[in-house]
Amino acid sequence: MSGPHDPVTAERSSERGSAGREAQMFQGSMRRRRGRGGEPTVVPDAEFRSYYGRPVLKAPVWEWKIAAYLFTGGLAAGSSVVAAGADLTGREKLRRAGWLGALGGLLASLYLLVSDLGRPERFHHMLRVAKPTSPMSVGTWILTAFGAPAGLAAVAELVPRRLRRTWPARLLRRLARPAGLAAAATAPGVASYTAVLLSHTAVPGWNEARDELPFVFTGSAAASGGGLGMLCAPVEEAGPARVFAAAGATAELAAAAVMHRRLGVVAEAHDTGRAGRLRRASEVATAAGLAGTVLLAGRSRAAGAASGLALLAGSALQRFAVFEAGMASTKDPRYVVVPQRERGAASRGS
Amino acid sequence: MSAGRNRLAGPLDDVAGEAGHPADHPPRVGFFTDTSICIGCKACEVACKEWNDVPEDGLDLLGMSFDNTGMLGANSWRHVAFVEQPRPLGHQDPGLVGLPTGPTGDGAMTEAVQPRLRAAERGGSELGTSPLHEPEHAGRVQDLGMPAFTRPGEAAGPDGRTDVRWLMASDVCKHCTHAGCLDVCPTGALFRTEFGTVVVQQDICNGCGYCVSACPYGVIDRRPGDGRAQKCTLCYDRLRGGLEPACAKACPTDSIQYGELDELRERADRRLAQLHELGVTEARLYGRDPDDGVGGDGAFFLLLDEPEVYGLPPDPVVPTRDAVAMWRRAGAAAAAFALAGVAAFASAAFGGRR
Repeated sequence: MSGPHDPVTAERSSERGSAGREAQMFQGSMRRRRGRGGEPTVVPDAEFRSYYGRPVLKAPVWEWKIAAYLFTGGLAAGSSVVAAGADLTGREKLRRAGWLGALGGLLASLYLLVSDLGRPERFHHMLRVAKPTSPMSVGTWILTAFGAPAGLAAVAELVPRRLRRTWPARLLRRLARPAGLAAAATAPGVASYTAVLLSHTAVPGWNEARDELPFVFTGSAAASGGGLGMLCAPVEEAGPARVFAAAGATAELAAAAVMHRRLGVVAEAHDTGRAGRLRRASEVATAAGLAGTVLLAGRSRAAGAASGLALLAGSALQRFAVFEAGMASTKDPRYVVVPQRERGAASRGS
Repeated sequence: MSAGRNRLAGPLDDVAGEAGHPADHPPRVGFFTDTSICIGCKACEVACKEWNDVPEDGLDLLGMSFDNTGMLGANSWRHVAFVEQPRPLGHQDPGLVGLPTGPTGDGAMTEAVQPRLRAAERGGSELGTSPLHEPEHAGRVQDLGMPAFTRPGEAAGPDGRTDVRWLMASDVCKHCTHAGCLDVCPTGALFRTEFGTVVVQQDICNGCGYCVSACPYGVIDRRPGDGRAQKCTLCYDRLRGGLEPACAKACPTDSIQYGELDELRERADRRLAQLHELGVTEARLYGRDPDDGVGGDGAFFLLLDEPEVYGLPPDPVVPTRDAVAMWRRAGAAAAAFALAGVAAFASAAFGGRR
């Protein structure tokens, strides 16, 4: 088997001119890129060969809508937990904010998911099977189990004052709490399944992150749900939202850091280009939001709202960063070939 | 190893039976593509398009040797790869010694064509469909990677002149034992046929695109304008009529061989041994091994270089192999999420107002 040092490779890299350019199309070359601090660094790429530098995998056909759904779905899940907790502990404004946030996130999610389909009018074909090997099928059913009660609990918040005495409104009010609890019980599934949805692919930027991504995503969901509560509810009611948001933001930052360290070659897809910029922006927003939540949000409504907004922004940026990193990792054959070669070498060595 | 485990990954003897077809289903069929005798005629690509009514995907010259198809996709179910390798060939005398060296044609030709290529909107992809025009302003020189102007190794002078090895290989959907696309399809549009192949039901597919990301070979894709996922069906309709797939039928050198998978594997082993005996030690089988990351391919290959040189992944793994581990991690993360929610309100209730 010819490795990186076979005569072909050696010969090609010694050639100049058109043949040298050709060599660059065939195999990995030195790349100049910018490090995190902005200083240019030259990192020798692991050597690899490819078919004219063409990608091995297909870039996902999903648009930005799926990245946005990762956020809105997480927001709906986080908000519903906050709302159900607020309902049980008698925090009315926090409850209302939570259910409205959950409803908004849910409706946005449904729109984003359906409109991203190649044949949106066939969205209901998702409901013709329940398939454990397909995270999207599992997610469809989790989302259905979550959406119905969450929608019910949220609609109960929307009944106008003059209709509240009518019997349907009273029935709705009575159903709101059990429905809300059912929604909150399925919310952890909504918050976490999207990580498997992405990791259960051949996309290196998502697949290699499979161990940590669920924690990044549930952390992000908790941060956004708590953040929305801080944004919309008064300081004296938002205490639990602050705790939930702070725990989520901490988990999101920590899990993302661990994930990044363990990604290997693919870390570069998360680090560079648009994905890298989004990731850094997300870190700044989430860290600022976390600091504000812990230090200031308990004292001032404005600080609470600002921290909540920062956490929401950080959560959204995080989802887009992960999404973009996956896209980038399919467009360069290096992220496919190099890890698979390393894996092969490791298994042959053992 | 339990049979249950192999439902997600690993070797599997009876894929169709595992998918629920009755015991009297036909044996598993597939392709053995022996690239050592491929002549790059692209008859397979044409036959496939004709039989399956696959639409054209634009007439482009890609600058990738004679490959103007690019890669497998929704509108290309067979793809012939062309690899030009400057490589000293041991005992052959190509008869080039003493001939003058230099660029193909003369420099004036290159000077005339290159600026036009550079100025073209699609970088020369218009070639063959529309003329190229002289640019108004000559810009920076840009390498288009067009192979026509120099031969590989030419710039190195007579001493460095080498022979060229030209590899051709007809790629196709692998019809994996554990197919990533099939596993993740949320509508049931993708299914395992009684022949052990993997096919998309066009009346079911709603174009969610999950299969596109799940294929470790980058084969299946969504067709623009149509919105549904498309790929090789191994001519399911022909198989049901007792015919061999169109590409295998059209292949003039029997580089593409269709048959029962067990028999094809034996044939491939014999061919590999024969080539090794003849001194073609770089020959290797790709996708033949049932112990690989996808449980072996229904369509496998004999290659003359590393798989990545042909645009194939060196060690593909079906994402489903790690499904249980991933759901476990997700379960832990979900539990942590729920716990954080409960703790947030409990701490407020018991710890007083914060």
